Amino acid sequence: MPAEAVDYRTMWADLGLDLEKHDMLLGVLGQAYETLFLSQKSRPKGMDYFNFVMSEVHGLRVKELRDAQAAGRKVLGAFCVFAPEEIVTAVDGILVGLCTGADFATEEVEKRIPRNTCALIKSAFGFTLGRVCPYIETVDMVVGENTCDGKKKAYETLGTILPNLYVMDLPQVKSANGRSLLRAEYERFLHAVEDLAGVKVTADRLRKGIRAVNAKRQALHRLARVRAADPAPISGLDALLVNQVAFYDDTARFTSSVNALCDELAARAARGEGVFAKGTPRILVSGCPMAVPNWKLPWIVEGAGAVIVGEESCVGERGARNLVKEDGADVGALLDNIVDRYLQVDCAVFTPNPDRLAHVKEMHTAYRADGVIHYCLHFCQPYLMESYPVAANLEAAGIPTLRIETDYGQEDGEQLRTRVEAFLERLR
Amino acid sequence: MRALGIDIGSRAIKLALLEDGRVLEERRVPTTFDPASQAADLMRGLRWDTIVATGYGRRLLVGPPGLRIITEIKACALGVAAALPAAKTILDIGGQDTKAIAVGDDGRVLRFEMNDRCAAGTGKFLEFMAAGLQVPVEEFGEFALEGRPGATISSMCTVFAETEAISLMAQGRKARDIALALHHSVVKRSLSMLARVGPEPPLAFCGGVALNACVRSLLQAEVGLPLLVPTRPEMMAARGAALAAAALRP
Repeated sequence: MPAEAVDYRTMWADLGLDLEKHDMLLGVLGQAYETLFLSQKSRPKGMDYFNFVMSEVHGLRVKELRDAQAAGRKVLGAFCVFAPEEIVTAVDGILVGLCTGADFATEEVEKRIPRNTCALIKSAFGFTLGRVCPYIETVDMVVGENTCDGKKKAYETLGTILPNLYVMDLPQVKSANGRSLLRAEYERFLHAVEDLAGVKVTADRLRKGIRAVNAKRQALHRLARVRAADPAPISGLDALLVNQVAFYDDTARFTSSVNALCDELAARAARGEGVFAKGTPRILVSGCPMAVPNWKLPWIVEGAGAVIVGEESCVGERGARNLVKEDGADVGALLDNIVDRYLQVDCAVFTPNPDRLAHVKEMHTAYRADGVIHYCLHFCQPYLMESYPVAANLEAAGIPTLRIETDYGQEDGEQLRTRVEAFLERLR
Repeated sequence: MRALGIDIGSRAIKLALLEDGRVLEERRVPTTFDPASQAADLMRGLRWDTIVATGYGRRLLVGPPGLRIITEIKACALGVAAALPAAKTILDIGGQDTKAIAVGDDGRVLRFEMNDRCAAGTGKFLEFMAAGLQVPVEEFGEFALEGRPGATISSMCTVFAETEAISLMAQGRKARDIALALHHSVVKRSLSMLARVGPEPPLAFCGGVALNACVRSLLQAEVGLPLLVPTRPEMMAARGAALAAAALRP
């Protein structure tokens, strides 16, 4: 056994993880990763880095975070793209995504929140109550955000379990009032982060934070654009993984790794090389976020002979599009820029939310998709509610659309496969 | 040229053998817990040039050279388009699934809706309820047709619907009246699925549940569209698969 592995067990024990269950989780995750990702044909070499990150997602990365803490830096965990990474970076802090994406400790979870809660929320509770997420055990502050009703009420309960939960309020309307609320909440967050880190945010610090996060987003934008080539130079599964790793990895290192991957993909595209044959049906996935290891739908879609060319999702383009303007004389002006950027996130909690439909159509054209699969988690009201008008609107515009509603369970795999295959038959 | 279509469904396996576009033979057996060997038995003694499998178990068939698979949604649309060329919309209620399909020219699928993992309102639901009322499932439709209207079952969930049926029994309702209410609930659910594909007349009704006289009659009364039922509604996907096979080069 390599020496690092031993070190991680000590680290995991220090963090208070349930080692036996954690071993099981990593076993399942490793197996799934091998079957779904490593078995893919003609993978870009640039994916080696992301394979490494995934193999160390509970190991080396957690160790890095703990080392950073030992050196005096603060680590914050978040569940949502509305947690502004720029502000955390401005105090030299680190923002990481927390674990969701698989069912865990369901019985324990259902003692505290209703069974009919979306899988994402239940999963966050499961990883916490089951003590298998090293991130939530590591972070100095957990940032919650009042998006959907399920999440905002769940934070009330999560707050009784986690001593370091900070909840920010969010607007539901993109009006002047909504903007004022977001501005006030981001300012409150900035002060909370200053207090936590013992560092005063200056305009220079905040601008540096904005630049670092903008660079990361630009790399993701580049990845999104390079996928427009036919044949697609990267599978949707791999591209999703890159978008997922964006939430865990060191920002600068991630940015350069994505850019290196994009260089390779651009060269591939120039040579007309791809991971699937030219003319393979191209799918845009739109809807709920897919956190690691929620790979079920992409795996079914690509196994059925299509390629996913974009994710209109928080783990994907909805979360990463748009940049923060870097000009501004003082902290207040830069904070205004941050608010302007985040208010453009077209999450389904906003009402009305016409920008999202426009964005789906825009992506459909830009990435030359043949059809849209609208993905929803059971009991996710905002996206489920939007799925009907979005699908009707896309169909009316001549864009074939399939609505899927599922969760993290595997037992509906065959039914999903039938629907996806029938949808692809429609496209061919 | 002989083309074979085999539909390995959740409750029954059906096959259709076409020769130069003409139905030569149709067969059907229960799926059981060993669909692969049931299918092999069903195919015994037949000769064919091309073969297409469909249905839940479409991947279970191994061996036949040149075997292709298509989904039951496409197969059903092809089968119905051949049997009832006028049909614009299809309601297919099978053993575990309900599908509403909008069809274009030559059986092209324009849109479809399908239930997710829940089997509410499918053949399985009727089978379960018939067993509860101790009526053979083949006679359940005729039995329900003799019921008096008035009772309602509002739950779509099999377990909850059974609870409602028990409550109605406790109120002294006749089994036939309860059976009618159960059939009503199946039709109600189908109508909401149909509404989502934007049904255009005429509507074709197929799948094993189309053999049930009560569902047929209630659907006819409530759908408000001309209703067409093929002579062997349960064979549509098998025939569609055979038609897809006929289009293949041997």
